[in-house]
Amino acid sequence: MDAFFAVLRGLPLTLLLTGSAFAIGVVGAVPVALGLNSKNRLIWLVCRLSVDLVRGIPVIVWLFMLKFGVQFDSFRLSPLAAAVLGLGVVSIAYLAEIYRGGLQAVPRGKVEAAQALGLRSRAVFFGVRAPLAFRIVSPSIATYLMSLLKDSSIASTIIVAEMVYQSQTYARQHPTVEGILPYVIVGALYILLSLPVAYASRRLDSRMRKEVYA
Amino acid sequence: MSWLSVWGDYLPTMLDGLQVSLLLALISISLGYPLGLLLGLAVSSENLAVRAISLAVVEIGRGAPALVVLYLFYYGLPKAGITMEAMTAASLGLVWNTAAYSSEVMRAGFQSVHRGQIEAANALGLADRHTFLRIVMPQGLRSATPGLMGLSIQVFQATSLAYTIAVPELMKAANNLGSRDFNYLQVFVLAGLVYAAVTLPATWITVYFEKRMNRAYA
Repeated sequence: MDAFFAVLRGLPLTLLLTGSAFAIGVVGAVPVALGLNSKNRLIWLVCRLSVDLVRGIPVIVWLFMLKFGVQFDSFRLSPLAAAVLGLGVVSIAYLAEIYRGGLQAVPRGKVEAAQALGLRSRAVFFGVRAPLAFRIVSPSIATYLMSLLKDSSIASTIIVAEMVYQSQTYARQHPTVEGILPYVIVGALYILLSLPVAYASRRLDSRMRKEVYA
Repeated sequence: MSWLSVWGDYLPTMLDGLQVSLLLALISISLGYPLGLLLGLAVSSENLAVRAISLAVVEIGRGAPALVVLYLFYYGLPKAGITMEAMTAASLGLVWNTAAYSSEVMRAGFQSVHRGQIEAANALGLADRHTFLRIVMPQGLRSATPGLMGLSIQVFQATSLAYTIAVPELMKAANNLGSRDFNYLQVFVLAGLVYAAVTLPATWITVYFEKRMNRAYA
């Protein structure tokens, strides 16, 4: 039981970290997704390259870069700030790619119908295309949230005292057979935490499919 | 010292680390994908025990962070009397992770095979085993290929986590250089670029492949 409560002490930070990075991603990905769909080749290229670059470098490298590399005079990022910023930027890139895919998956007929009704292009986008795209991608967003939750564990490497960090600490303090327990507990907690999101994602998936393609 | 000359100094050490990263990725993929194929089949087995066990293996492999699995193998198991080298622990952890994710990609591939094809094979009197091996599997694996290529890139990036259990891969090499010279920014920017030098071309090849496959089916 001790091990369980020790690991649980990290839960608030795990949730804070995942939640803030996700919030940054959900909002920040909107302009980037528009850039990925832009007809302006320069804007497109800049967005495309940035998204691929951010996604192509492992999370742990981003976190170390921000935590140990960023320094102006005596200013340094705190571990938590570095982790939120790093995971936030990574989620912007992943979610932008998801949004872009959704925008492109909206059935052409729906967009054409809106245009035929005489809607202005702004209204077609915000009233028809974007909401439909959001429905198409909401299961993917939920899946991404689950992988972000797991990636938040990497913040333990820059000494953010989240769940994995707590399990490490407990294991070090109890160097007996019990030392295996905190890892089993923390693994089980992650699985438990992703269950509701997985359930929601599955329900959303079947509902949204019906609504968009009906 | 300018950035470029620092990088010139560091690059050989980093490339040594990259070799270990690539080796680890190769092990994870070449063992993980066949295992993933088996798991994907076992999950839809009619035998309840087989199904339950394989489902647990997949769900733990996908649900627990790779970092936790690595810690469990490297720091946890010795306390239960099982000790292994860092590289072995990292390989086992990443193989598990890779197998779990790839099993889902392959299952999705198999499910994408048109039902009519299976019905046609049944109508022709093909045994279930042959229907699977000759009809479903080749087509399923083909449509799973872009997904598996994308997963390979993720697996390569996940090898960076092996740094935490002292595997001398790219991230470890970078960190050693950083704590020697305190040039952390230069070091980790270079490490990022070395990772990107592998992942970016691989991503573009994957995208090209995806597009070509979509066209082939359209």
